Amino acid sequence: MAYLDHAATTPMLPEALDAYAAAAREIGNPSSLHAAGRGARRLVEESRERIAAVIGARPSEVIFTGGGTEADNLATKGIFWARRDEDPTRLRVVASSVEHHAVLDAVDWLGRHEGAEVTHLPVDDAGRVDPEEFAGLVRAHGEQIAVVSVQWANNEVGTVQPIPELAALASAAGIPFHTDAVQAVGQVPVDFAESGVAALTLTGHKLGGPVGVGALVLGRDVSCTPLLHGGGQERDVRSGTLDTPGVVAFAVAVETSVRARLEYADRVTALRDELVRRVLATVPDAIYNGDPERRLPGNAHFSFPGCEGDALLLLLDAQGIYCSTGSACSAGVAQPSHVLLAMGADDARARSSLRFSLGHDSTEADLDALLAALPGAVERARRAGAWKTPR
Amino acid sequence: MRVLAAMSGGVDSAVAAARAKEAGHDVTGVHLALARNPQTYRTGARGCCTLEDSRDARRAADVIGIPFYVWDMADEFHASVVDDFVEEYAAGRTPNPCLRCNEKIKFEAVLDRAVALGFDAVVTGHHARLGADGLLRRSVDLAKDQSYVLAVLTREQLDRAMFPLGDWTKDRVRAEAAARGLAVADKPDSHDICFIADGDTRGFLEGRLGSAPGDIVDGRSGEKLGTHNGAYGYTIGQRKGLNLRVPAADGRPRYVLSITPVTNTVTVGPREDLEVDTVTATRPIWHEASGDVRCEVQLRAHGDVVPASVTVSEGNLTARLETPARGIAAGQAIVAYRPDPGGDIVLGSATITAGTRESAHA
Ligand SMILES: Cc1ncc(COP(=O)(O)O)c(C=O)c1O
Repeated sequence: MAYLDHAATTPMLPEALDAYAAAAREIGNPSSLHAAGRGARRLVEESRERIAAVIGARPSEVIFTGGGTEADNLATKGIFWARRDEDPTRLRVVASSVEHHAVLDAVDWLGRHEGAEVTHLPVDDAGRVDPEEFAGLVRAHGEQIAVVSVQWANNEVGTVQPIPELAALASAAGIPFHTDAVQAVGQVPVDFAESGVAALTLTGHKLGGPVGVGALVLGRDVSCTPLLHGGGQERDVRSGTLDTPGVVAFAVAVETSVRARLEYADRVTALRDELVRRVLATVPDAIYNGDPERRLPGNAHFSFPGCEGDALLLLLDAQGIYCSTGSACSAGVAQPSHVLLAMGADDARARSSLRFSLGHDSTEADLDALLAALPGAVERARRAGAWKTPR
Repeated sequence: MRVLAAMSGGVDSAVAAARAKEAGHDVTGVHLALARNPQTYRTGARGCCTLEDSRDARRAADVIGIPFYVWDMADEFHASVVDDFVEEYAAGRTPNPCLRCNEKIKFEAVLDRAVALGFDAVVTGHHARLGADGLLRRSVDLAKDQSYVLAVLTREQLDRAMFPLGDWTKDRVRAEAAARGLAVADKPDSHDICFIADGDTRGFLEGRLGSAPGDIVDGRSGEKLGTHNGAYGYTIGQRKGLNLRVPAADGRPRYVLSITPVTNTVTVGPREDLEVDTVTATRPIWHEASGDVRCEVQLRAHGDVVPASVTVSEGNLTARLETPARGIAAGQAIVAYRPDPGGDIVLGSATITAGTRESAHA
């Protein structure tokens, strides 16, 4: 078995698992006033402080959520609503065209139901947003922009965006800038305060923590209308009883992965570079997608001309190699990746792509297993390739 | 063998996949996404094509413990089945889309792709027997038998097909599904044409072909008896809904005898004029010697069989029926069977082009 899908979810770190188990044995709702509640609250608040410390934020800026999707929705919708309330003509929402669906679909929803005017920022053939282009947009629309969302790093092709540069342009114009840093934290340097962003999303299960817990780091002066109303537990921006063991394990995972980042990045980048070299040597016409330099350490993304990514996935899966096509399912059917299309790939190339993503437990043996299976799979997939006429 | 199980989300294909796995095969489940817009297939059409069906199929695959994927076959399905369905009606024929789907989708597009990917066969939950002798036979459950819609398969297609349910009754399939913990055990059977969710075939065709008014004429006198809004709305043998202005001289009911697209006329007449004793058909798939073969023929899905003698030559099949049959529509399949205690054996099939009356009326 070779698990090459860490960008989908990565195994929990042993430290996080232990912390989870220990906290799960305790009783107590962090909102309760008695000793058991105080015990839980202490765990939650310590976790908040730990995350804040390694992410460059103040503890009060860390708002726990049920994961990355919720944090992305909260940031885009919540900030849009708050800014529109301040000025009803402020309706423009800007998002890059390569965002995760948690941002893209939230923003589209604002367009369809809340009168938002949505602008998608184009990217170049490596998936990069052009700061000049963004500056032009800010000049053209200025204060009428309610919120901007550009991811720190892309989940499919691994391209890292120039977030501090973009955020500076936004904040100079008084526009709140959100970044989805789900794939970036623990992989590349991320510092909330230094980056100048107004809001930042992170999630547990991409960095060795549990699934279903994440955070929106929200600047103290950024107003945001809640999505979930109720007890107001999280700064009145997010309601719901906090998942104490989840939060504790999440914090341990964030802290551990951020502290180990340099050593991790060195090792995984070297392994990834070797994977890329071996894949290109074995399948010479494969295309390495994304930015070769400004890229997540564990990400290797290819197009295999003449192959259906779906067919390759099936064939590799049958041999115990787990990877992803990166394409989202729409109504149960795989669509060509919007990220590849935004990068200028045609439909066939978008459908022919496959993502291999490495993580903290990846080894040379995973590469050997992949390279043993890949040539046969590519050959078979090519034979089956003529199967589909591009739409 | 490495086999690919086509899983519709219904009980039959789920149990077929489970049985194939139990027989020791390396099984991979695939759900075929056939709808361009699955939402439009949601209401009414039961048994395949909807999002719920896709989820049911995936859940069944998980319970059985096999890999599962969704293959997008919407373009192929629309080109080969839906468009063909409309074109056939426009040409005055009565197509069978399930048969066409087996021929062009399950055992052509899907099979070809499966073979290219290294699979040896495609498994489906059809009720028909296909044993080691390579002969296609009726299911033990005659009420559920689907050999009629499989008879179009060639020798090469049959060699790569697997129908694990042919020796089981539907009741046993359901009991087996329940015993295996498959939630689809009591899912209702699908009967409708899956791409016509509301079951209104005439409305569907009208949407595709528009209305095309024409005459309804008497087959014997040639007299105009009424008008219609589109000849595609009529089927050979149909009696109801003709709305004729002129009653028949003898006061007896009249039936649709033929549809002529060139003149856009629907010809009607008395019941006995529907009787045919000779059926000609084209594009035969024939597994027997080409001489005169005495056998039984079935002329429509779920229709009765008629004893006949069949000859196949030069791309045509002719069947002389021993007793006349009624309501024979061009576009339907004629399937020839040899009665057999181990399940009637499919000898071959062809697409009906005409039914005629050669001998005088009795
Ligand atoms: C870039 C990005 N944003 C958001 C998400 C969603 O996060 P979660 O799975 O925690 O809801 C993911 C992961 O699927 C992601 O990769």
